[in-house]
Amino acid sequence: MQELKNRAIELLENGTVARVLGWKIGENTYDPEPAFFDSVEAMKDFVYNNFCAANLSKYMIEASKLEGKTLVCLKPCDSYSFNQLVSDHRVDREKAYIIGVGCKGKLSIEQIKKSGVKGILSVTDSDPIQVETLYGNKELPYTAGMLSRCFSCKGKEHVVYDELIGESAETSTVDRFDEVRRIEAMTPEEKFAFFQAELSKCIRCNACRNVCPACNCRKCVFDGNKFDSAQKANVDSFEEKMFHIIRAFHVAGRCTDCGECSRVCPQGIPLHLFNRKFIKDINTLYGEYQAGADPEAKGPLTSFTTEDAEPSIVSKGGIV
Amino acid sequence: MSINNEFRPKIVAFCCNWCSYAGADLAGSSRLAYPADVKIIRVPCSCRVNPMFILRAFEKGADGVILCGCHPGDCHYSTGNYYARRRMTLLFSMLDYMGVENGRTRVEWVSAAEGVKFSTTMNEFVEKIRSLGENVRLGDLRCKN
Amino acid sequence: MKRIALENLPKLYAAIAEKQSLILPVKKAGQTNFGLWTEEADVDLATLKTVKSAKDAFFPQSETLYTCQRDGKTLSLQPEKLEEEPFVVFGIKGCDVRGIQILDKVFLSEPVDSFYCARRKHGIIVSLACAAPEESCFCKVFGIDCAEPEGDVVTWIAEGYLYWKAATEKGEALTAQVADLLEDADTAAVDAQKAAIAAIVEKLPYANLSLEGWNGKVLNEKFNSPLWEQLYKPCLACGTCTFVCPTCQCYDIKDYNTGNGVQRYRCWDSCMYSDFTMMAHGNNRTSQLQRFRQRFMHKLVYFPANNDGAYSCVGCGRCVEKCPSHLNIVKVIKAFEKEGK
Repeated sequence: MQELKNRAIELLENGTVARVLGWKIGENTYDPEPAFFDSVEAMKDFVYNNFCAANLSKYMIEASKLEGKTLVCLKPCDSYSFNQLVSDHRVDREKAYIIGVGCKGKLSIEQIKKSGVKGILSVTDSDPIQVETLYGNKELPYTAGMLSRCFSCKGKEHVVYDELIGESAETSTVDRFDEVRRIEAMTPEEKFAFFQAELSKCIRCNACRNVCPACNCRKCVFDGNKFDSAQKANVDSFEEKMFHIIRAFHVAGRCTDCGECSRVCPQGIPLHLFNRKFIKDINTLYGEYQAGADPEAKGPLTSFTTEDAEPSIVSKGGIV
Repeated sequence: MSINNEFRPKIVAFCCNWCSYAGADLAGSSRLAYPADVKIIRVPCSCRVNPMFILRAFEKGADGVILCGCHPGDCHYSTGNYYARRRMTLLFSMLDYMGVENGRTRVEWVSAAEGVKFSTTMNEFVEKIRSLGENVRLGDLRCKN
Repeated sequence: MKRIALENLPKLYAAIAEKQSLILPVKKAGQTNFGLWTEEADVDLATLKTVKSAKDAFFPQSETLYTCQRDGKTLSLQPEKLEEEPFVVFGIKGCDVRGIQILDKVFLSEPVDSFYCARRKHGIIVSLACAAPEESCFCKVFGIDCAEPEGDVVTWIAEGYLYWKAATEKGEALTAQVADLLEDADTAAVDAQKAAIAAIVEKLPYANLSLEGWNGKVLNEKFNSPLWEQLYKPCLACGTCTFVCPTCQCYDIKDYNTGNGVQRYRCWDSCMYSDFTMMAHGNNRTSQLQRFRQRFMHKLVYFPANNDGAYSCVGCGRCVEKCPSHLNIVKVIKAFEKEGK
């Protein structure tokens, strides 16, 4: 952390960058917030710890409009999102000075609470996690507090950076398509019941959309006033299905599977299951494709071959 | 919708202007019958149909949605139907994944010369939707009364 | 004071539900929210905070106001019926009860909101004291005693029993309905719990948050503060904080075309959204800074200005827990305190 902070201060001082996009220390270890630092003095609040889960690449859309370069801290998986934003022409590579920061799997306070810890007074981001609570102290293995997305990590390599600081670790233990396969194996009734139960929790807060680096439209189709289903009203269960299917479709082929949608959902809806289904289908039908791996690559939904599968494949046993 | 307790499905057919819509015309002028349950919406190209159209049709009460366009390779705009093919494949797969009966959606390539194919396709599709019954998984309750 | 053994709670729920609908914390797909009780419902009183507050029971996220129906050449207009059956909301915590009292100030003052008013008239609040407050709680700052909430009936869970005390006429009537299931009890267990909670509340990280300098008179000073420029930056402009909040009361009215008519409905709005208070001439808040500022100014300045100094925050801490960017009202208050303005 100190090395990163010192380097950022150095780059600010020598004028290479006009500002730093990183994380600001919160009230506790576990609630750092994304922040812009535009002076050395402001950098006293800079922090980078294992709770810094937010993907900062989307903030670069705004930063690209500002004067001068912005130093941005990207974790390995965030670098894919950054690349995708470059190929979507929403972020200017020239306006960014990227420091690839190390990541050993990110922690989430929600995840820690799920293991039954209540009334947290302080928490460490170490392995094992030491938690001091109002109701006694506890020790948890690191993985008990890790975001579920980190169990199917894309790897420790950054796909774009100007320099690297810090060690990364591969934290993958499960195949990311396992959950998708589990659902695919269900009967239509079971599938419907599963998604109905999950989606009926949706409160239409739009956090998934607003955090998503692939959802980078200037104006979302769901925000239009010509549209007769409101983007903020959960009036009928159809609305949630419509919203989530269309949102997942609009990012299909551009979703890097960064997992931010599931991280931010206040109702804990596993939204990544939609995106991963599209990714899995794309991989199966149109060849392996990782959005953001190469900013020059042509997306699977903006290209085709004359030999593509017919849509009837779905009713003939599905895409496996 | 039901008349005399017999289920009459509502079918929306998106037909491309150049091939399938002309195919429907030919079916009509050749006096080939297909059920009146099919409501045709003419679009400039199958590629014009975005996933929202399909969902919107279901929302407003359709029991089945079919998309017809030019045969691959014959698109009036050269490549539109190739893009449509990828999009619809992924969308239909997603609907299936969410538990919507996969027989409710279909894509068929019908040329302007294929009046017979148009009519048999529609007959088949209506029969399929009849067997599936009313669409209850993707509709908006507010549109039901 | 009365009590009932915890293992007999299902009987209590069934007895209440026999006479009126019962709304209580129900766990569904891993998350606990207020929902209708049924035999199969997974009632969850152990989770301290439901994701959404109990606000829905009186001011639902969306509700139809009236329906226009077209039938040939005739148009009919059907206003939505007002609530006329009694219902019970069980297990509301002290902060959420205060939240409802804050909504009362908005919806029960002239012009009275008839939908809300009808629900308030028929709703019976059975509150539940908190047994284990969490780090995000700061209700004490707003003078709420989480160990002794308000409500028509107040309950406590202690030592294997649910203790029950009717506090109003409505509460007495409900108690009479379920009298067979309740037994008389002394207050020893409840008193012990109250003392324990009072000690824990003192130790909560935000227990001594200072609201000094926030009142209805500081409008210009706070509004023009340069601090907002820094504070709003990480905000994603999602509506999470407003939708989980027990006191956010803004709503929007929209029409839905059903194909053969129109349903006019209202739904919660969020000041974080770009179309908030959109009017024919456009939008009077054009930047996220302005929208972000609106939320906190409303809670800490505008609302006290119009309601004898009462803040429209109850310290439930839901926004503290749920904000995707870890922004919240506590950080805003502290940032202003630090700057000394």
